Amino acid sequence: MSKYLLELKGIDKSFPGVKALDGVDFQLKKGEIHAIMGENGAGKSTFIKVITGAHEPDKGEIFIHDTQVHFRTPKEAQRHSIAAIYQHGTIYPHLSITENIFIGHEDVMGPIKTIHWGMLHKKAKSLLKSLSCDLDPHTLVGGLTVAEHQIIEIAKAISQNAQILIMDEPTASLSRRECDELYKISEKLRDDGVSIIFISHRFEDMYRLATRVTVLRDGKYIGCYNVAEISNKDLISAMVGREINQIYPKRERKIGKEVFRVEGLRRIGYYENISFKVCRREILGFSGLVGAGRSEVMQSIFGIDQMDGGKLFLENKEIIVKSPLEAINLGIGLLPEDRQKQGLVLNWEIYKNITLSNLKQFIRHTILRPKKERLQAKVLGEKIAVKSPTVFEKASSLSGGNQQKVVICKLLNTDLKVLILDEPTKGVDVGAKSQIYDIMNDLANQGYGIIMISSDMPEVLGMCDRIITMREGKITGEFAGEEATQEKLLKASMNTIETEDKAS
Amino acid sequence: MTKKGTIRYICATNIRELCLFGLILLLAFGVNVRSGGSFLTAGNLNAMFVDIAILTILTMGMMSVIITGGIDLSVGSTMALAGMVSTSILRDSIHAQGIGIHPIWVILIAICVGLLAGLVNGILITVLNVMPIITTLGTMSIFRGITHLVSDGRWVLQQDMTTEFLAVATENRLLGINNLIWIALVVFVINFYFLGYSRTGRKIYAIGNSEESAAISGINTKRITALTYIVTGGMAGLAGVLFVARFAAAQSETALGYELFVIAACVLGGVSIAGGTGKVHGAVLGAILFGMLNNALPMLRISPFWQEAIRGLIILGSILINALVVRRANRKVIERRVAA
Repeated sequence: MSKYLLELKGIDKSFPGVKALDGVDFQLKKGEIHAIMGENGAGKSTFIKVITGAHEPDKGEIFIHDTQVHFRTPKEAQRHSIAAIYQHGTIYPHLSITENIFIGHEDVMGPIKTIHWGMLHKKAKSLLKSLSCDLDPHTLVGGLTVAEHQIIEIAKAISQNAQILIMDEPTASLSRRECDELYKISEKLRDDGVSIIFISHRFEDMYRLATRVTVLRDGKYIGCYNVAEISNKDLISAMVGREINQIYPKRERKIGKEVFRVEGLRRIGYYENISFKVCRREILGFSGLVGAGRSEVMQSIFGIDQMDGGKLFLENKEIIVKSPLEAINLGIGLLPEDRQKQGLVLNWEIYKNITLSNLKQFIRHTILRPKKERLQAKVLGEKIAVKSPTVFEKASSLSGGNQQKVVICKLLNTDLKVLILDEPTKGVDVGAKSQIYDIMNDLANQGYGIIMISSDMPEVLGMCDRIITMREGKITGEFAGEEATQEKLLKASMNTIETEDKAS
Repeated sequence: MTKKGTIRYICATNIRELCLFGLILLLAFGVNVRSGGSFLTAGNLNAMFVDIAILTILTMGMMSVIITGGIDLSVGSTMALAGMVSTSILRDSIHAQGIGIHPIWVILIAICVGLLAGLVNGILITVLNVMPIITTLGTMSIFRGITHLVSDGRWVLQQDMTTEFLAVATENRLLGINNLIWIALVVFVINFYFLGYSRTGRKIYAIGNSEESAAISGINTKRITALTYIVTGGMAGLAGVLFVARFAAAQSETALGYELFVIAACVLGGVSIAGGTGKVHGAVLGAILFGMLNNALPMLRISPFWQEAIRGLIILGSILINALVVRRANRKVIERRVAA
């Protein structure tokens, strides 16, 4: 019996245009939680897909208990008790929890293989209970939270007797409390002898859970470290291959006159009594847990959703916004949270994406002038350092960070006074992050009033002049940038719930 | 970009259309040889393209609906309704005054009826949020039903129409080419600029690709979507009256099932049923190919029992070949980029 449950040696994998993996080694012990870290595009997801059989490696060997195996399909990996939970889960919203858990491996009985529903529901119930979740297994999955979806995915994996559980960014869209739940479940599984591999951008996850961490960079294997023995700084430099001392660029603060004010905004069931203002050359941060109602407030301000009461003032004049079109015409722009679904037309060339928000500029005699469009796109793209060979490349071919920059270009193409940025650096790698911060500072200096929603606390602290915290649809605190600390923000975001949570 | 580079770029981005064009030429010459040279004659081509012209006009409307991700099943019924209403008015004017109204009025009335029908679809789909396929499935029956009511079960026949009106579809006014072909050409050119080079056109593609992104980019998605149905209705009205003029009879069964021909022409021309993509010149080629199949199969003296099935096979086959060619071309582009 070898030391390792799963071992991969010298894995190579190429796609047209990129070498995604280049000689990657990996070892997993039984009952171990192992983190994989690296910047976006480092090859983490591809690597995971090799383990789960979704991709067949070009070169390299995979061993389970020292026996060499070849996974050609995910089914073959499943037969070796490997299960994966992907970032965008495979949830069927119109089916019940039981159906979701047992899909593909239902218990059947009789000659015509009738599904044994009664037993399945019972099994589902006890599986959920073992994960300390007391949802009714008959519930339809569509109405549940992301955290609950993940619990169902985990239950699905356990129901297939998974010995190796792979999680891709499991905490990406969870709130603090939900993360804690997930940590507890993961630890329990580990104690039961399940080995867990997870990818995360959050250092916190790694410190809390993992005993070892494997770092990838540009598809190459950089090293495997004991979590207890590596410092944050060393880990970052392993990931990016350079020292990053100052992620958050400093900016000279010269806050101007008030540009936008909100009074007594409310939408029943979502948020109430929201009042705040933002000034020219100011970055106002909105902190809070996921689900605190921050995005909902901004979507109402931008005219995507209606509101039940309250007033908006732009430069001290009351305004009414009924649609995004009106918001843009008045000078309010939104960088949506989900850039792929809400921000971009992925199938389109970069230049068409950039000009979409303001096509008026590019017509002569009612006919669009593509040359003019490309020129403007090129100018804006260069200003914001979009990395792409030409403006003819499709938006889908860009990395997350560069896609985000294209959405920012799109905003700049219109004549705005207030910019609302909803999670501007979500899913963006470290290098592109600091570029986006530079852009934000530039824009603030040019006189925009910027509102930033972010769940990344160091980012809010590093970037914002003023920070507002929200909890359960209400504003719970306001801090000047210099006086705010992670502890203060966290306390305001969750002050009445479980005070023991605040240490972390 | 150099001139040579531009040509290569145009070829690379129009690979599907070039392939379709090649297929049309191949089919034309093949049929010509088999039919002993009777296919590629001026007379036959003129007659064939008159049919294609009507299909093209409809395709131009339908494609913008399909690009937004919708579908309009009611165009056949709209054609019948518009043809019936406009020629009924023509007949009544002959009876009342002795001379009928000018053909241009008949055509305008038909277009207005079509626009109105499109407006009904547009309102149901964008204001009441009924799914396009369900809405137009309903209005398909409703418009056909109204046609029955308007006609009172009677046909409008040749003797009820003025010679000027009938001449619209039979006269070769310019260069010996039938008027309908000219009308279709004008519609094509306008649509080419509308979809490819106007703001509204760009917005139509944006909605089809991602309605959410389009709305957040400040596009009034409902208004634009409704517009596509209204335009399609107008085109169906125009096509309906031209159809009646060509066959010199309006009846309540006019253009029954025509909506499926139009959808087939769109799909052949590379307009994705999933929405978001499709070129105007591609759709025209699709209409031409479809019209040619209708015209050529009888000429080959293929048993009518077989014609439908063969037509279906050719449609499926050409879509498959097209998909393969496009996939290969895309892979080549990627490979070239990798090598560079």
